[in-house]
Parts: sequence; C-alpha cells; structure tokens
Amino acid sequence: MDQTLIFATIVGMALVTYIPRAVPLLALASRNLPPVVVRWLGYVPTAVLSAMLAPCLLLEDGAVNLGVDNLFLLAAIPTFLTAIFTRSFFGSVAMGMGLVALGRYLPIM
Amino acid sequence: MVTRARAVLKIPAIPVALSGAVKQALPIVLGYVPVGFAFGVLALKNGISPVNAVLMSVIVFAGSAQLIAVGLIGAGAAPLSVIATTFVVNLRHVLMAASLAPFLSSWRKRSLAWFGMQLTDETFAVHSVRFHRDERDRAETFGINAIAQLGWVGGSWLGVAASTVISDVRPLGLDYALPAMFIALVVAQVKDTTHVLVGLVAAVLSLTFLEVGVGQWNVILATVAGASLGTGVATWTRR
Repeated sequence: MDQTLIFATIVGMALVTYIPRAVPLLALASRNLPPVVVRWLGYVPTAVLSAMLAPCLLLEDGAVNLGVDNLFLLAAIPTFLTAIFTRSFFGSVAMGMGLVALGRYLPIM
Repeated sequence: MVTRARAVLKIPAIPVALSGAVKQALPIVLGYVPVGFAFGVLALKNGISPVNAVLMSVIVFAGSAQLIAVGLIGAGAAPLSVIATTFVVNLRHVLMAASLAPFLSSWRKRSLAWFGMQLTDETFAVHSVRFHRDERDRAETFGINAIAQLGWVGGSWLGVAASTVISDVRPLGLDYALPAMFIALVVAQVKDTTHVLVGLVAAVLSLTFLEVGVGQWNVILATVAGASLGTGVATWTRR
C-alpha cells in the first residue's frame, strides 16, 4: 500500500473506532436506565477484560495450550498473584514482562 | 491549613487535578509505553511511514486494533478490510461507553464527545473504578486521558525512532505488556464471587467462540453472555 492509501485507511479506522466509543455516551448519559440494565453494565468490565485476556494467555499459534511450556500462561500465575496481593498496576506489568523476558533466556522454554 | 493557604494564594483547581491525574495515569503510561513502542517498531517493519504510524496513535488510539491493522497492512490486505476489522475489534467499546454513561449525566455533550475520543480499555478500567468511588472530576478525568494518550503516542514515536536498531521485540518481553495489563485491570474489577464467575465464564466462552470460528466477534459475544449470566445470578441470589 502506498502512504496516501495508508493515510486514508487510518482516517477510516479513526472513524469506526470513535463512533462506538462516543454514541453510547451521548445517547445514554442523560437517561435513567432500568436497575437491571445498570446491574448488567456493572458486569461488563469484568467480562470484557476476561474475554480479551483468555486468548492472549491460552492460545499459541491458534490452538489452546494448557501445558507448562506455555510461557504466557505460566507467567500469568505470578502476575495474577502480584495483582491480587499488591494491587499494584505497575508491579504486575513489570512482573509479567520480566518473567516472559527471563523465560526466553532459559533453555527449557 | 493547606486548604486555606490555597484559597489565599488563589491556586487554581487545574494543577491540583493534574497532580491527581498524573498519579492515576502513571500505571497506564507504564503499560502503554512498551506496547506503543512495539507498535512503532512493527508499523515501520510492515511498510508504514513514520508520520502515518504516529498519526495512527494520535487519531485512532486503540492498542490492539492498531497492532492487528499493522499486521493486515503488512500482509497486503485491502483498506476496507482493515477498516472493517478495526470496527469489529473496537465494537466492545460500545459496552464500555454504555457502562460509564450513567455516571456522566451532568456532563455537556461536548465533554462527552471529547471523553469518547480517549476511551480505551485501560482508561475505561481506571475510570470505572474511579466513577464507582464517586470521583468524577472533569479536569482530573480529562487529565488522566491526556497523559495516557501522551504515553501511547510517545511510546509509538520511540518505537518508530528505534525500529532500525531493534530487530525483534520478543526478547524484551514487550509482547507481554498487554496481557499483563489486562491481568492487573481485571483483578481491580473483581468485587465479589459473582464477578469471578462472570470473568471465568467470559474467558471460556471467548476461547470457545474463537474455536468455532466467529473471528473477532468472540470478545463481544462472550461479554454479552458473561454479563447476562452475572445479572441472572445476582438477581436470583438476591431474591
């Protein structure tokens, strides 16, 4: 692709990214939602983050790998523990990245 | 004493909001810089010009979609299919925006429109925790978003600048920045056992949907199913 076409693609990407972000805010902010809808929306953060996370950790080349040779899955255990016990965002990210980098230097991986 | 001194000296509210914003945005920035860096490196390696790469981080500002788009562009995909994929990948923000909307009823349309520009997975996660604690200061909210995006654009720019030196981002563990950030964010969301159940079910469903071949729709479908299950369980157990 030449750079002008890439530029046009980026503008299109910006539009289709912005619309889903802005429309619900503008349409729903001034409305009183029924309690059941509010409760449903309260579970969205947990659900959406888990749905994004699971494939990151469990899929290797498109197939589920639950084995100990799955470095991303293995590193997730201390990362989860760090997040649960320290509540430190940065500490968790540093732990995860450090372990993955370390794992790649070890011959067993 | 401090409050009185502030009133006497007429220190405006903006710097106060800014210091709070810096503190809360810092973890996002620390997560964004390495992922943005990886994006910058990969963008140039896939034939995107430095200007277009940085521009994408400024006007799209969507980590996973940008990384996917870079791969598609590098593989020679048509512009329309890149845009369509971006749309599907980012459609999950409909649910995030909807879940934050009830907290922002006092905001003007203009503020809401601007807030939407910088609604990412990470800013969403931070604001959803803040808003539930009744922290809805507009200056602080926009401050957090601006600093977060600065980190994203800055990281992308660094990656663009370093792309000739770096041949592979894997040895640094940079490709784990995003999963690790998701782990920290999801742990911050869990309030009770129903949340744990919702998270596990959404995770399993997301993988199942991928395996049956729904493509990028897996996240949206798993989220709708997980949140519905949670609502059902919560309604049933409270009865």
